[in-house]
Amino acid sequence: MNEVSKRLFVSVALIVSIRMPLMAQEAHVGNLTGHAANGKKLYRRYCIGCHGPLGDGNGENAPWIDPKPRDFTAATFKCRSTPTGTLPTDQDLYNSVGRGFYNSNMPHWDALTDQNRIDLVAFIKTFSPRWTTEKPGDPITIPPEPAVTMQSITHGAELFQKMECWKCHGQQGRGDGPSAPTLTDSKDQPIRPYNFAAGGDDSRFKCGVTNQDVYRIFMTGLDGTPMPSFADVIQPNDAWDLVHFLRTLQTTRHSKENEVLKAAGGKIPVKAPDAGSDNKGSGGGQ
Amino acid sequence: MRTKQLFLVAIALLVSPALLFAAGTISGKVTYTGTPAKQKTIDMSKEPTCAKQHTTPVTTETVVTGPNNVLENVVVYISAGAPDESSAPAQAVTFTQKGCQYIPHVLAMRTGQELKVVNDDQTSHNIHPLAKVNREWNKSQPPGTPPLSEKFDKEEFISVKCNVHPWMHGYFAVLKTSHYSISGDNGGFSLPNLPPGKYTVTAWQEDYGTQTQDVTITGNETKTVDFTFKAKPY
Repeated sequence: MNEVSKRLFVSVALIVSIRMPLMAQEAHVGNLTGHAANGKKLYRRYCIGCHGPLGDGNGENAPWIDPKPRDFTAATFKCRSTPTGTLPTDQDLYNSVGRGFYNSNMPHWDALTDQNRIDLVAFIKTFSPRWTTEKPGDPITIPPEPAVTMQSITHGAELFQKMECWKCHGQQGRGDGPSAPTLTDSKDQPIRPYNFAAGGDDSRFKCGVTNQDVYRIFMTGLDGTPMPSFADVIQPNDAWDLVHFLRTLQTTRHSKENEVLKAAGGKIPVKAPDAGSDNKGSGGGQ
Repeated sequence: MRTKQLFLVAIALLVSPALLFAAGTISGKVTYTGTPAKQKTIDMSKEPTCAKQHTTPVTTETVVTGPNNVLENVVVYISAGAPDESSAPAQAVTFTQKGCQYIPHVLAMRTGQELKVVNDDQTSHNIHPLAKVNREWNKSQPPGTPPLSEKFDKEEFISVKCNVHPWMHGYFAVLKTSHYSISGDNGGFSLPNLPPGKYTVTAWQEDYGTQTQDVTITGNETKTVDFTFKAKPY
């Protein structure tokens, strides 16, 4: 073997040995098994324009898109069932691909088959070495939802003050709190807090539409954004109360929560703030 | 024969502690040349519970200087040559949020060492370390909640911010070595307990970057190593 072909052989062997385990990356959801090698072809057809050939979110459309496409090399994901700072489950990624991201350029890919989507999830996991060195976090436990009552909504409203959700989301949940104009994501791009009041019956959250999704969003936080995790500081029952209150901020959406509120006269009783109570430190609202 | 052996052992016992504890120190001062950018005054009026804790105007802490051109908050550490120290210290380091500021502004810790984050304020903070090598996480800490306990496994200088109070900004310096020191208000640092050997000393300033110098310690001695950073005018 002459020197040139020897070198060629070594580099090909190196490339194969480096790429092979990556291409062997799999994803599992239910009975489906996704294969990265198949996902790669789909990615080049459907995803590369925005997420780019390197998966870093710098596709050729990226300069014209806001919010920016996800950078898969960072392996930081908004929609997770797992604690903040951990990798999401395959199911989380699979759900994201199928659901798309409301208020962004990411469409829902339910036109693809289930197999296509799980293959894409497997391929997305080849962009960061974290997927070979770390395991996804354990999904948080969501207890059964208690009944929607005025008591639950009222307590949720108190928590909205106590946890200072209004600092970003605003007192009416319109995404116009005092800190809202200063918010940036982890790539220093401006980012808006969710506006609960927009959207009517069609209103959706980035990470789902059900009450369970709302619960999961504030408990796990949206990694890569200013939205923190509250899992350490809100008890499960309190969390459900907050979910019920948040639904009433969606004033134009038909919901059980809005019916209960309407039946009670449409007003949430405001607890008089007393020193050392739940309302500690919540003064100075809008 | 027997006596001779005993005598040798006795000599060895007497001498070895001296060898074991022959430890050098690297110390020095961090200064700057030129004119550093003026630090911005922080307006905390949107957070009255924090604003009232300060009697003098609070500024950003990107570059903190002292008399005679000294530079504070510079992390000086042994980046190469230090013996591998596998286990992290058992005691935790503490990062406190008080008056909507981070105390200290730059907190150094070992990889794997427990980090406690305390909220002393009457307002909610979110602690958001923008880690790139370690995992990025983001947790809310309302007033009156217990300290958070976290750790980082890999060496990295991590920018930390609070999204609710955008002026709050600090750094976690996560290091593989216990031989580190942060320059104080006289710009001084000291790295004691260094066995004889060749070392690389690195100084890191959040805005001015890093500088390194090689130092050899031969025995019980103190070597002086000074670092001078060129100030950025803006």
